[in-house]
Amino acid sequence: MSNDRSVSSPPSSPRVALFVTCLVDAMRPSVGFAALKLLRAAGCRVEVPDAQTCCGQPAFNSGDTADAARLARHFIETFEGYDYVVAPSGSCVGMTRAHYPEALADDPAWAERARRLGERTYELTSFLVDVMRFAPADVKLDGSFTYHDSCSGLRELGVHDQPRALLGKVSGLTLKPLEGNDVCCGFGGTFCVKYPAISNAVVGEKAEAIERSGAQLLLGGDLGCLMNMAGKLKRKGSAVRAYHAAEVLAGMADGPAIGEEG
Amino acid sequence: MEQATLSFKARAERALADPTLKIAIDRTTGTAERKRALAMSQFPQFEAARDRARRIKDHVIANLEHYLLEFERNAIASGAKVYWAATAEEASQIVVRLCKEAGAKRVTRVKSMLGEEIGLPHALDEAGIDRVETDLAEHIVQLGGDRPSHIVWPSMHRTREQVSEMFKRRHRAPHQEETIEAMVDSARRELRDKFLSADVAISGANFLIADSGATCTVTNEGNAELTTTPPRVHIVTAGIEKLVPSMGHAIAMLRVLVRSATGADVTQYTTFHCGPKQAGDRDGPEEFHIVLVDNGRTRMLREGMREMLRCIRCGACMNHCVVFRQLGGHVYGGTYPGPMGAVLTPVFDGLEKSRDLPHACTMNGKCQEVCPVAIPLPTLLRGWRDRSWREGLEPGVVRFGLGVHTFFALRPRLYRLATAMAIRVMRLFSRGGVVRGMPGLGAWTAHREFPAPARRSFMEMYKDQEGGR
Repeated sequence: MSNDRSVSSPPSSPRVALFVTCLVDAMRPSVGFAALKLLRAAGCRVEVPDAQTCCGQPAFNSGDTADAARLARHFIETFEGYDYVVAPSGSCVGMTRAHYPEALADDPAWAERARRLGERTYELTSFLVDVMRFAPADVKLDGSFTYHDSCSGLRELGVHDQPRALLGKVSGLTLKPLEGNDVCCGFGGTFCVKYPAISNAVVGEKAEAIERSGAQLLLGGDLGCLMNMAGKLKRKGSAVRAYHAAEVLAGMADGPAIGEEG
Repeated sequence: MEQATLSFKARAERALADPTLKIAIDRTTGTAERKRALAMSQFPQFEAARDRARRIKDHVIANLEHYLLEFERNAIASGAKVYWAATAEEASQIVVRLCKEAGAKRVTRVKSMLGEEIGLPHALDEAGIDRVETDLAEHIVQLGGDRPSHIVWPSMHRTREQVSEMFKRRHRAPHQEETIEAMVDSARRELRDKFLSADVAISGANFLIADSGATCTVTNEGNAELTTTPPRVHIVTAGIEKLVPSMGHAIAMLRVLVRSATGADVTQYTTFHCGPKQAGDRDGPEEFHIVLVDNGRTRMLREGMREMLRCIRCGACMNHCVVFRQLGGHVYGGTYPGPMGAVLTPVFDGLEKSRDLPHACTMNGKCQEVCPVAIPLPTLLRGWRDRSWREGLEPGVVRFGLGVHTFFALRPRLYRLATAMAIRVMRLFSRGGVVRGMPGLGAWTAHREFPAPARRSFMEMYKDQEGGR
């Protein structure tokens, strides 16, 4: 899906809108600044539209399609003037690419605008690799990491190889495979608070698999899943530290990990 | 059965607290997952086979009436009698009536999820007919007095240790050695004479073959042959979505069914039945009855759940579902568990009674990925959520919370203010990098830490840093 530009050369200094996502905005701004730094390093002219809020996924997945459609229209109006839209989340981009046309199905003109914007909306690592042909240079981090593939990015957008390709360029960093790397962590947006006991059982198994990997770091591309897994690891007293992949790629993993005192 | 009186969440919590159940679930689903993965790695043409299977089902669903009538015509021509049942109750009543007309004291059943769906075991028991389950797992379910917990492995919720103990208590000549073979022998000794002495055999069908009027049943144990051969009367019950145009199409479906279900290349036993015993035949039933069941299927067609009628009941979706693998099948409270059950149960039981099922899903999409007929299960589950919202079944606190969120998210300036305030409140409760004891966060923090937010939001910091740009 995201490889349609695989034979062409990367666009020259495209005008890119960064959608930081509501979770990164409120909880972990460093992921947004890491994304900004990476996009600029890749040669993009990056802007952060002031009117951005939330993609509407909580409403959509709760069945509130009317409100999801309102938020989809707000998103489209905010972002459609740019060459590309990039977010450090497969989940939010999956919402805009895969589900906006569904949420706006009753309104063909808006559904078409959604489709056209969706074609230019990318998850961060896939944009850097598939569109910008970018590889980080001179980034160093000694240690081992394991990688969790968040479900929306993996299954709705085909994000799998891109973060690994980028992280492979970080000198000193080695990958330790995660058993069940493509198995859901049990976050599921509002699922984790609507069915906390089930969510806990799922993330409990995930935390065990992460510890079995023997890695020092847990990396991923979606803050919701990372907060869920980091929160469980921390409760278990695990020494594994969690970062968003963008923070590592931007050389910004020297700060506190997710759930550490900052 | 008593489980049905508890709420979904209470059933879930009970299942989560049962370590033996978890061992049983992990053994079965773990094996199924590994075997399927191996089968896929050895069958590179799976994607093409899956696409063909999906197209066959879609074609039949789009021409359902045509193929149903063709099937009925050919089945009657083969000497079968065909019955149409609109509801579960009608279907089980027809079967019970046919058993009574045959003067049946004992009936043998080949495992059929449709039989469970229409409440047939219960209806036969009520009618005072001796019901013998011939599938090994269904035999275990019957001995335990409970319900199937998986559509392919109905007794998945019992460990082999529990089954051994049960056989020793209940079988006439139980096994001495603690091996699977010895236990199977124990069941064989218990069941064999019952196979031979039944008056009526009842089976389901994996496929109804339109151009011949034949039915096709697959089993791993050969009990379909053994069950349906000796008795004088054979009754087949099948959902109307089981149609395929021809034998060739049935084989095309089998290629994806068995690999998805058990990971084998071919089914152990594939049985075709076509009409009663003809002159010159050495065996076969004197009467052959086929009960075609709607029970909500045409309603699913009308109400936007067309894709669900592709389902061939392989169980791959539940074997790969993180929620099912924690809970097992009984928690779902219906005939069909897992993702496909969460789509189907509200059709049978009504959404109000089963509202939790489509919600207790992380929407991770694995079920759709492994489905051999590419059913968009998450989309169908979200369809139920949409309907639940429109019908006002969602709790007030959820509606209020999302309403507030949407209000702010449509007003960026207010949204910034609200975010800044939320961060400050969360930081009041933050210690050592995590939020503790904050009202409203209990569902999260009961089980895991909630990472504390940074001091200021991205948008606040960005404005300060790049305000001049």
